[in-house]
Amino acid sequence: MTVEMLGARIMAPYFGGSISVWGSLITVFMLALSVGYLIGGRLSTRNPNPKTFALFFIAAAISSIPIIIFADAIMRPIFLMIEDPRYGSLFASIFLYFIPTSILGMISPYSVRLMVDSHEHSGHMAGLLFFVSTIGSAGGTLATSFYFVLWFDVNQILWGAVAVLLLAGSAILLINYLLQKRAADAQVSRYEKQT
Amino acid sequence: MKNKLRLLLSLWSVLAVAQTVIAAEVIHEEKSLYRDINVVQTGDRRCLIFNVHRGDRNQTCLDVSNRDELIFSYTKMSFAGLLLTSQPKKILIAGLGGGTLPLAFNDLFPDAQIDVVEVDQAVVNVAKEFFFFEENENMSVAVNDARVFVKRAGILGEKYDYIILDAFGGDYIPEHLLTQEFLEEVKQIMTEDAVLVANTFSTSRFYDHESVTYQRVFGEFFNFKLPASGNRIIITQLDPLPPRGNLITRAQSLAPSLEKYGVPLLEYPARLSTRIDWDMSRRVLTDQYAPANLLQND
Repeated sequence: MTVEMLGARIMAPYFGGSISVWGSLITVFMLALSVGYLIGGRLSTRNPNPKTFALFFIAAAISSIPIIIFADAIMRPIFLMIEDPRYGSLFASIFLYFIPTSILGMISPYSVRLMVDSHEHSGHMAGLLFFVSTIGSAGGTLATSFYFVLWFDVNQILWGAVAVLLLAGSAILLINYLLQKRAADAQVSRYEKQT
Repeated sequence: MKNKLRLLLSLWSVLAVAQTVIAAEVIHEEKSLYRDINVVQTGDRRCLIFNVHRGDRNQTCLDVSNRDELIFSYTKMSFAGLLLTSQPKKILIAGLGGGTLPLAFNDLFPDAQIDVVEVDQAVVNVAKEFFFFEENENMSVAVNDARVFVKRAGILGEKYDYIILDAFGGDYIPEHLLTQEFLEEVKQIMTEDAVLVANTFSTSRFYDHESVTYQRVFGEFFNFKLPASGNRIIITQLDPLPPRGNLITRAQSLAPSLEKYGVPLLEYPARLSTRIDWDMSRRVLTDQYAPANLLQND
């Protein structure tokens, strides 16, 4: 949501601040998320594991970096080719935001699969996940539009979002590594006791 | 006794206000994607109002029995830029409102080509239907965002010698029209002797940020404020600003032709100031940093 709120600001210099720019942006985010949900759900059926899960965060972070570095290089040719700012902003949104947003969309269904250990709990877990992710979205929207834009440059906020995604990804990898190590140690000590 | 009198007086003033409210008749309402637009008529005075629910904000008023005369001081103030130039040939006006300003310029300079940019089609409709605005072979309106229009004009190499930025109506400030990058793009479409007139804000912390930004792009500028008006007009050009003597001479030769619009041009030269009355340490507004709406509330 932080990226979405900033998305309009990033596009305004080329396509203006009209309501159609917001329309393009929200459309592309919705489409990207829906594709992400689909792919994330499909991936969760094949050997679901925390490492892949962490990779989603890292991939989303890396694919967001072009928004910071290449925004002008992406928007300028679109501005020159498409005169109508409605379609200009639609194409710019696709090129800038589609990939990172769809990768972020993969996270939710995949985490349902990782957290659910029985059919009984699946609804509860899904509910909890929707709760957490939507609260997070609300917080990101509010913090960005009320405060971040007052305190920081747009690019600084985006780098912040990239850093948070990278941290989340590495934290998952680290926790996974520690858990596996502990499990392995436990197994080793059990084996030693038996012998 | 004194208190009673005061009470009576205040009661009377409340009644007077109530009466003008009653006498004002909403003759048209138009919804757009951006705002509700109301056309309100009180006697001969017809006004375009945005955001009725948040208290009246007259955008443009017109006297239907004397259409030439401009009502608002800030509209009249936009003519002060003429003190720096002689005969504009290509004029750009960002923000249509009721269209009274473009009409007056078209009337004053019938041979000049006037391009108006307005983001909201509904405003264009209302201006044409209720405020006698008409396009003609020398004056046309583009429904577009001013930033997009200016950027494209720059790429096409078009130049204007008189530019009026008046796109700040209503409560929400279009932040992308206040940044250093935007002003650089405006600079690109200015002829060497062009004049830029920007109708902006004179209150809040935002005044400082805006002044610093204009100063960064244009250097020295004329700050034009009238005591009765909440507006501040920035007037600048690419060349160094002329001495006050020139302004006065210009005002004297031009004032008669502006009389019918009710523009008191002779009073203006003394009001144009280059004195820095803002906090120079404020941050320049850029595309990266332009929280104008948040600053405005501060």
